[in-house]
Amino acid sequence: MLIVVALVLIVLGSIAFHLLSPWWWTPIASNWDYIDNTLVITFWITGAVFAAIVLFMAYCVLKFRHRPGHKAEFDPENKRLEWWLTGVTAAGVAAMLVPGLFVWKQFVTVPEEATELEVFGQQWSWAYRLPGADGVLGTADAEWVNGENPLGVNPHDRFGKDDLIIEGGEVYLPVDQPVKLLLRSIDVLHNFYVPEFRAKMDMVPGMVTYIWFTPTRTGDFEVLCAEYCGTAHPFMRGYVTVVEAEEYHEWLQEQLTFEEYASNARAAQPVQLAEN
Amino acid sequence: MVDRGSDDQMQLPPREVADVMPPHAHSWIGKYVFSQDAKYIAIQYSGTAVAIGLVALVMSWLMRLQLGFPGTFDFITAEAYYQFVTMHGMIMVIYLLTAIFLGGFGNYLIPLMVGARDMVFPFVNMLSYWVYLLAVLVLVASFFVPGGPTGAGWTLYPPQAVLSGTPGGAQSGIILMLVSLILFIIGFTMGGLNYAVTVLQARTRGMTMMRLPLTVWGIFTATVMALLAFPALFVACVMMLFDRLLGTSFFMPTLVELGEKLSYGGGSPIAFQHLFWFFGHPEVYIVALPAFGIVSDLIAVHARKNIFGYRMMVWAIVIIGALSFIVWAHHMYVSGMHPWFGFFFATTTLIIAIPTAIKVYNWVLTLWKGDIHLTIPMLFALGFIVTFVNGGLTGLFLGNVVVDVPLSDTMFVVAHFHMVMGVAPIMVIFGAIYHWYPKITGRMLNEAMGQIHFWVTFIGAYAVFFPMHYVGLVGVPRRYFEIGEPEFLTAPVDGLNAFISSAALIVGAVQVLFLFNIFWSLRRGREAGGNPWRAASLEWQTPETPPRHGNWDELPDVYRWAYDYSVPGAPEDYLAQNDPWFSDGEDRRL
Repeated sequence: MLIVVALVLIVLGSIAFHLLSPWWWTPIASNWDYIDNTLVITFWITGAVFAAIVLFMAYCVLKFRHRPGHKAEFDPENKRLEWWLTGVTAAGVAAMLVPGLFVWKQFVTVPEEATELEVFGQQWSWAYRLPGADGVLGTADAEWVNGENPLGVNPHDRFGKDDLIIEGGEVYLPVDQPVKLLLRSIDVLHNFYVPEFRAKMDMVPGMVTYIWFTPTRTGDFEVLCAEYCGTAHPFMRGYVTVVEAEEYHEWLQEQLTFEEYASNARAAQPVQLAEN
Repeated sequence: MVDRGSDDQMQLPPREVADVMPPHAHSWIGKYVFSQDAKYIAIQYSGTAVAIGLVALVMSWLMRLQLGFPGTFDFITAEAYYQFVTMHGMIMVIYLLTAIFLGGFGNYLIPLMVGARDMVFPFVNMLSYWVYLLAVLVLVASFFVPGGPTGAGWTLYPPQAVLSGTPGGAQSGIILMLVSLILFIIGFTMGGLNYAVTVLQARTRGMTMMRLPLTVWGIFTATVMALLAFPALFVACVMMLFDRLLGTSFFMPTLVELGEKLSYGGGSPIAFQHLFWFFGHPEVYIVALPAFGIVSDLIAVHARKNIFGYRMMVWAIVIIGALSFIVWAHHMYVSGMHPWFGFFFATTTLIIAIPTAIKVYNWVLTLWKGDIHLTIPMLFALGFIVTFVNGGLTGLFLGNVVVDVPLSDTMFVVAHFHMVMGVAPIMVIFGAIYHWYPKITGRMLNEAMGQIHFWVTFIGAYAVFFPMHYVGLVGVPRRYFEIGEPEFLTAPVDGLNAFISSAALIVGAVQVLFLFNIFWSLRRGREAGGNPWRAASLEWQTPETPPRHGNWDELPDVYRWAYDYSVPGAPEDYLAQNDPWFSDGEDRRL
């Protein structure tokens, strides 16, 4: 009867592990607590189903195990029971799917007041670009990438000249202000992943993807790459620092525009240019 | 109306299939090397699959050594780690699981179970194995070329798969991987056509489709799916090979790699992902459906009870097979594809949970009021249900698009798919080997070794993959050579990872005992006789055990379904499919 004990212990052990485990998600720092709620609902529904099925199985093994003289019942099918179980399952599935789809609608609908921030990935570092005084990001493409223009901002696009170029992997965001991230890569797939924000999305060379969220508390949050991008994938890290609006504007003042960045880069490389 | 025997007044139809004995081989090479006997091909397929699977098992140890004890083993570099990750995944999914279920169990069981003498195209069947072997050898060769095998992850996503930042990307590793896959698909197609046509055309008299054992239904449906799904992978591999070798840009947009502009332009990395997962999701069920079928038969035989709801089980297999072709993009919720796809694919994905749940209910309801013999195959079947239910339920997290967002690309995904398409199907493979070994060899596997094998594998595998979900929940991404101690971890994962790794090493080690048992029992095992489990399906009714070439003296006539166990009034607690006994006493023999 070892198997009956084992089945019961697996159910009890799994529930105990779930309740007592210190390994739980990191406290949220964005508006996506809906996602957390849907996940918790899913945990409860699926946990109950798992316990019910495994315990029922344990009961069957205990009750109907082979003993001398014992014979199985001949019972090919039971239409009513089968349709009833199908119906209950369909209802349970709908109970998880419907709220999930509602939240997905919000997830893909960017609010109008969201500001834009471009996240730029390449093997194996992060950079960022913000619209300048004109409030519009200039166009960009891998086509234009060179030493003076690491993000490939279109040099012929007037909207790009005042864009702020932020290298070094760290960026600031104002708290409680919705932000739309425009995600771009120039080499391979990457994925912008901040565990505290819950949202994540791949960055695909040749196209611009997006996510949006509202940071809800200040602090430093580590950026990880979540889509395998080559040997140094786990070391592609950065930081998002969420601050109050005032501090954010102070930080903005310190950033270089694309024009400034490019002229600095030209000034810094006279020797190489001469050689060319 | 189920075509079950007891009350069935159906008369036997005339014999439609010409009874042709396949030509016997006379030379030693014809019998034992280039054999055209499906049973022998099955053993060749299985032996090769297990051999390459052992390589993948060792690589999982090396990965777990790195994750559990980071920094301890200098020879596991990041490059090597990613090569282990890639080869482990690719070998386990394609070269072990697909090959052993279809090429192994399919070849052995289909002709015996449908009452045929062999596959319909024995020569093509033989070629199928040799092309598969060639595919495996090309894969193995990639370990010995400069740069080693590809480290692109088993999904081989471009552009990284063919660039220099990935191990083997700028060298031969990725080329050999793609060539090997192309060969595998060619080899599989030859075998797959055989399995499908044999089921459709070579069933013996009385063996209607609705009398087939669920094992055959599972393998047959999986084969049809594979014939439809593998071509998508085939073209994806050919196109990527062109991108890598000829400079085409099917999947390659304008790229700047490490400061240097490449000559690619205009291609789409996401197009590859659609092709890959159009194959890749059905692939999950190509592995799962044979397991579903086989486990149904294990449960029925060892609980001495008909499978509950046979017709519903057949339709569930067919519906799952069909639906699995319209759920693929649930692997791509955060890939950057149009976000509105999420609504469609989340809905189809969760709908597929319904027929899958029906199958689980019916397995458990088969136990209800059964006469459960706790044999090794039954224990593995119970282990399968636990791990499959667990892994299936976590699929409801990942299939529900918005819940997937925080979990995708984390260790939660790794835990989920290992539980549902790694551990669960392998439980069935083990159960099936203990179940059919007596038919294949004439001897039983050793029971004591089997008990140790089951308990360590079942408890150990659960201890590996259940806690792993929480490593992902806490936020650790998959495919991380090392995570370090980032601030978002609510508790350090080092101890948990060390525990998981230790359990994985133990589970791996006990497989050596299983292999030993297989060889030991060949000579020392207890003699089994023709039908040690007293099972009803046709493969147990052969005149000789192991069945000889051609399987039967005279093709059997089938009078009933494969599940007439514990029929009231019957002389024994099972009625073989070719047993003409009926409760009204009328003799239906022709």
